[in-house]
Amino acid sequence: MRAGVIVFPGSNCDRDLAVAFRQAGADVSMIWHKDVSLPDNLDVIGIPGGFSFGDYLRCGAIAARSPICSAVVEHAKRGGYVIGICNGFQVLCETGLLPGTLMRNSGIKFVCKTVGLRVQSTQGAFMQTYETGQEILMPVAHHDGNYTAEDDLISRLDGEGRVAFRYLKNPNGSADDIAGVLSANKRVLGLMPHPERAVDGAHGGTDGTAIFAGLASVLENA
Amino acid sequence: MKARVHVMLKNGVLDPQGAAVLHALGTLGFEGVNGVRQGKVIELDLSETSRDKAEASVTDMCEKLLANTVIESYRVEIL
Repeated sequence: MRAGVIVFPGSNCDRDLAVAFRQAGADVSMIWHKDVSLPDNLDVIGIPGGFSFGDYLRCGAIAARSPICSAVVEHAKRGGYVIGICNGFQVLCETGLLPGTLMRNSGIKFVCKTVGLRVQSTQGAFMQTYETGQEILMPVAHHDGNYTAEDDLISRLDGEGRVAFRYLKNPNGSADDIAGVLSANKRVLGLMPHPERAVDGAHGGTDGTAIFAGLASVLENA
Repeated sequence: MKARVHVMLKNGVLDPQGAAVLHALGTLGFEGVNGVRQGKVIELDLSETSRDKAEASVTDMCEKLLANTVIESYRVEIL
């Protein structure tokens, strides 16, 4: 598995994400946001958490228009895998690769804690190792995780198996308790919780491992 | 030519920041404030001299970057 992690000014989970990919057996390239092309033959691109461009204008808005993001969109349109975590999820929504957007948490406050999630979909490489309905733990750390989309879109996402995770107890007001969303082809995953912070016993849990391991097993058998 | 863009959350989209400001105004003793909506004002200094072209160009900027039309509406003012 060849993975690339995009680094924006203000990214702060980029190295953790690289560690999670490497643990699943990936060769990892770190890619600077001003690059205009991706290394050859990347299987998956990770857009990490953080505060790209200081959250100026809107979270993820400036990052989504940076030179490398055009290449990320092309990669996804070719059927490549992309995972966006926290700020990375916000970036993916701003590029249009995922529907909806992330607004300020309904309680106004930054939320930083471990939350319970329910696995809603086991479709696609990222999700296949989980079981539908499985309850897992992952940390969240965000100010803008309040997922919002048009009402008809939310019910459609559920019907298409595109709601990846739901919060057991909603920490941010997100529509229908949605914590993570998949693209129509299930190869683009965006989520507010941090799976890369749950891949080692020392993290306090390893429920995030399945996302990276699931992808690795699909790519190795391809 | 200068342009001013007003970006607001669309009607019906909950505005938690506006709600917090409303609450804080109440704490300060301001009565009779029935609602607060918070938005953004963006001022642009343009080299374009045609009003129509400036307005078209700024509208394009709003669609592509300045507003997220999933949740926000915008209004362009040419000054």
